[in-house]
Amino acid sequence: MEHKNYNSINKSVRKKDSMQLLLGKPVYVEDVVPNDALVVKLLRSPHANAIVSEIDTKIAKLVPGVVDVYTWEDVPNNRFTNAGQTYPEASPYDRLIIDRHVRFVGDVVAIVAAENEKAAEKALKLIKVKYEILDAILDFHTAKDNELLVHPEDNWVAPCEVGGNNRRNLVASERTSEGDVDAIMNDCDIVLDRTYHTKAYNQAMMETFRTYTSMDRYGRLHVISSTQIVFHVRRILSHALGIPKTMIRVEKPRIGGGFGAKQTAVSEVYPAFVTYKTGRPAMIIFSREESQIAGSPRHEMEVRVRLGASREGKIRVLDIYTLSNTGAYGEHGPTTVGLSGHKSIPMYTGSLEAFRFDYDVVYTNTMAAGAYRGYGATQGIFALETTVNELAEMIGMDPTEIRYKNMLKEGMIMPAYYNELASACALDRCLDHCKEMFKWDEKYPVRDMGNGKVRAAGMGMAMQGSCISNLDVGSATVKLTEDGSFMLLIGAADMGTGCDTILAQMVAEFMDCSVDDVSVFGADTDASPYDSGSYASSTTYITGKAVEKACMELKQKMCTIAAGLLNCTEEEMYFEDGKIKRINTDESVSLSEIGVKAQLNNPHIAEASASHSSPVSPPPFMVGMVEIELDKLTGEVKIIDFMSVVDCGIPINPALARIQAEGGIVQGIGHTLMENVTYNADGKLIESSLMQYRLPTRLDMGNLKVEFEHSFEPTGPFGAKSIGEIVINTPAPAITHAIYRATGVWHREIPITPEKIAMTKPEGK
Amino acid sequence: MVTIDKYVRAKSLEEAYELNVAKGSQIIGGMLWIKMGNNKIKTAIDLCDLGLDKIEEDDEQFSIGAMVSLRDIELNESLNRYTNNAIRNSVKDIVGVQFRNLATVGGSIWGRFGFSDVLTVFLALDSYVELYKGGIIPLSEFANMKRDKDILVRIIVKKTPVKITYSSMRNQRTDFPVITCATSVIDDTYRTVIGARPNKAILITDENRLLADVNESSVKAFSEYVAASSPTGSNLRGSSEYRTHLIKVLTERNIKEMEGIS
Amino acid sequence: MIEISLTLNGKKITDTVSDDSLLIDFLRDHRCYSVKRGCETSNCGLCTVLMDDMPVLSCSLLTARANGHTIYTLEGLTEEASEFVGFIADQGADQCGFCNPGFVMNTIALLRTNPDPTDDEIKSFLAGNLCRCSGYEGQLRGIRNFLNSREKNKEA
Repeated sequence: MEHKNYNSINKSVRKKDSMQLLLGKPVYVEDVVPNDALVVKLLRSPHANAIVSEIDTKIAKLVPGVVDVYTWEDVPNNRFTNAGQTYPEASPYDRLIIDRHVRFVGDVVAIVAAENEKAAEKALKLIKVKYEILDAILDFHTAKDNELLVHPEDNWVAPCEVGGNNRRNLVASERTSEGDVDAIMNDCDIVLDRTYHTKAYNQAMMETFRTYTSMDRYGRLHVISSTQIVFHVRRILSHALGIPKTMIRVEKPRIGGGFGAKQTAVSEVYPAFVTYKTGRPAMIIFSREESQIAGSPRHEMEVRVRLGASREGKIRVLDIYTLSNTGAYGEHGPTTVGLSGHKSIPMYTGSLEAFRFDYDVVYTNTMAAGAYRGYGATQGIFALETTVNELAEMIGMDPTEIRYKNMLKEGMIMPAYYNELASACALDRCLDHCKEMFKWDEKYPVRDMGNGKVRAAGMGMAMQGSCISNLDVGSATVKLTEDGSFMLLIGAADMGTGCDTILAQMVAEFMDCSVDDVSVFGADTDASPYDSGSYASSTTYITGKAVEKACMELKQKMCTIAAGLLNCTEEEMYFEDGKIKRINTDESVSLSEIGVKAQLNNPHIAEASASHSSPVSPPPFMVGMVEIELDKLTGEVKIIDFMSVVDCGIPINPALARIQAEGGIVQGIGHTLMENVTYNADGKLIESSLMQYRLPTRLDMGNLKVEFEHSFEPTGPFGAKSIGEIVINTPAPAITHAIYRATGVWHREIPITPEKIAMTKPEGK
Repeated sequence: MVTIDKYVRAKSLEEAYELNVAKGSQIIGGMLWIKMGNNKIKTAIDLCDLGLDKIEEDDEQFSIGAMVSLRDIELNESLNRYTNNAIRNSVKDIVGVQFRNLATVGGSIWGRFGFSDVLTVFLALDSYVELYKGGIIPLSEFANMKRDKDILVRIIVKKTPVKITYSSMRNQRTDFPVITCATSVIDDTYRTVIGARPNKAILITDENRLLADVNESSVKAFSEYVAASSPTGSNLRGSSEYRTHLIKVLTERNIKEMEGIS
Repeated sequence: MIEISLTLNGKKITDTVSDDSLLIDFLRDHRCYSVKRGCETSNCGLCTVLMDDMPVLSCSLLTARANGHTIYTLEGLTEEASEFVGFIADQGADQCGFCNPGFVMNTIALLRTNPDPTDDEIKSFLAGNLCRCSGYEGQLRGIRNFLNSREKNKEA
């Protein structure tokens, strides 16, 4: 199917909130709430594993300005999860608002509510705690079946059967395979058995976690939070506080970045509890340090890849085992891990005869992990793509050739991806396009630049999903106003990505109006139709389709109202050129006439709501290529060019899609070269500030170039698939590959720091 | 978070000195490092009204007030002409322009921080500090003194003919350095300053005249000597072994660049 | 407590602040909500304001030291910012927006001192402004397009 010529789709219109954001208007949580909120601060555990044996808050409560101090004794004993996921909740119920058993350095010991920051800070210092210090599990290799238990409690609950068992420190476990993996592996000319390690990277969105809560005019809990998941936050607070969901309203203003971090209710329960207890408005703003040590970062993973291939470079069998570290709590633990296999293996559907994918997800006494853009796929793709690059180098085949030989093509069934059909797949065209744009044939050979410096190139491919199939629900309400313009209500959360604008572009396309004629509101549990939220790359694909359905339905309703105006039947009416026309006549009714009629002696509502779910999650695809200059003596890597081509179906807004890609690539560069997460022997996270956790600056990312290859996904709006997450997946394998080309060393743990490069000699040299 | 009971803008160095000798007093420079501390300052003394934010120059020397910002020395053409841009190169990667507009030369030198690019580059020049009570002493001597209650007033750089090159290694462009290295020739003597070892910068001079004749092998020998003379340690940014390796690489490259050997 | 008087966005204001008040908090208390805090370690550049026309980190500056000086936040420079921010919007590079005010303020500072910067000069002047969304390239394209459009206008 071809893409049509559109008026508003595939157009780079400005984001609806651009000028507000660029001119610094007050649109974020801290800017929009009253100044009289109680300041909420948390006392955090200095120990990785301990029981609070005594806690004395008397003196702290006496500090002038301190309203109250809460400990484990004050909170409900209902376990819940902070993970923002749809039913059936996959993550274990393993949290309390405050637990007597603290499980990582940074776990919450007490909540202080005070009139001002100074009083709150002072109170924190005056809380006296005695800890019974326990041994801690800091190395995730030792967690499974360790006699030491991170969650020994009896009321640990797994709402979903995912192979978890708290008595084994297991959050989830699964074994899947197809075909006779062992027999084919034995029959292969070449078997590569490689193990990779990736860290618990922080999303480090510029706005840290923050939430404001108050009681509204109906005596309900009103939450204004920087969140991607208003409806899930409502459910989580209801579980945590033990109050009905109808007594909670959650809304988000503009969000200062999320990348998945805000798909977990990291900060919400604390001020909510304070407001619930005191009846007063309360606000928590996480410091950068709190966001770094007690946020919701990527799952640290160890991925073992066994790849069996023929001498000619045919990849015949893949066997992947992933060990994932969920940290002290299980948010997103059972689900992230799956992507490390499900969204890497299918890329080689073209040649694969069999595969196996097994995983274990374990608890340790480190910061709880969560959702981060890429969501497990990033880790798996780094491992698999690096192994494929190694195979190519080993047999002396150009890495692009080996891809052509084995890759997934449009029309294939993907056995490793729930037997979904690759109905839209331009992966091969992405590779052609990127190869040409990058001038791969010129840049692939290593070039000596003198003075110890060499230039080299590397590549990687990637896929992702476009939603969580059979689970996610997206919804939209479209309303006609009396001046003929439209209002779009959504429950998806624009966290800067521009989904408000993208969805408005869709309304404009369907309604034959300009994007300026569509206003967008979201997200608010009281006003928005239910939406799972903005994650799993799903907003364009799922909520976009809901917008399509709602627009179709609204057109019907407009026909009904218009028929009343023309005294004919609605069957005679149809929508065209932004008007409702009557067949076989030149009569028509304008949208504003319908809008006015809707408000005047009228029984038909001029609005429509629709929901959408999808039985499939069509993968977007991407190819990334990097040229680096590497200083063999210092180990410094300079990115010269990072070029990539993405197949996201059709970009609804090419400018925004490009920025998604560029932003994701730079995050990937950071993870590969400079961002690190390490713990000291006591379980304290060392990179606890932006001084130690080094985000790439604009001097670290080289030149980026992103282009698109279109495909048409029949189940997506206008043929679109997703873009938000896949973009983070190619830097790690591509840069690792280029570093190998420059040095002869395969690094299998990221970040690959200058020291590792300078101090590691190639094997046998 | 640092707390300050009383903020005073000193009207004279004498007033600043008298306030500073009291327990809990502290002179604030750019406030950047002090702000990140968790201590309590009774009296914060600000020297910003004392005219110490100027770079003065005569035939003999540059005189750099303690409150001159890192951005000022980065942009000062005369100073950079004299040092062949070594000063600019030493500070250009420190966090960002806004940071360098606040950070002061006095604060950087006074702190004698291990990671200091600033201390490294000035140690490679014919530099002195002017202390309110202690008078003018060589920077190399000051660098090894314990912090006391005296006040650093100016940095003085004598216009002794000098050749100098600065380089540093950073894991990320605006990060703290893994190693800093300034190499210079003053009065026919080569000197190399190594900082971020991670301890404080150390000055190594070519006492054995290894570079009497500058060539490929003598440069190598001197680099080895510098590395052997510079104790290194490990921290988040690099191991001791890597630092020692970098010292050799950067020293060798600096001398070659300075002497035009390719 | 200490009495201070400074010029904020062209208006002289007098106030009493605690001795350790940081300029960022003072500015937010005076409704300059564009000024954002992204870290505690002077690394992110979100809090950038102009003091006597110089870009500084308001998170690291005592309000007491700003006494007697002239401070501009984005609230006071809307007109100057409006000349170029549309070019950033055209790239979609505003994204979450949280870093935008600091970025815009430092870009103003750059363009005032260097009206025709090279790409390398832009990158190095703005290196202290972190952005986690955009990947920086779109911000650079936006500034470049603005500079080019100005060139064109000059020629016309």
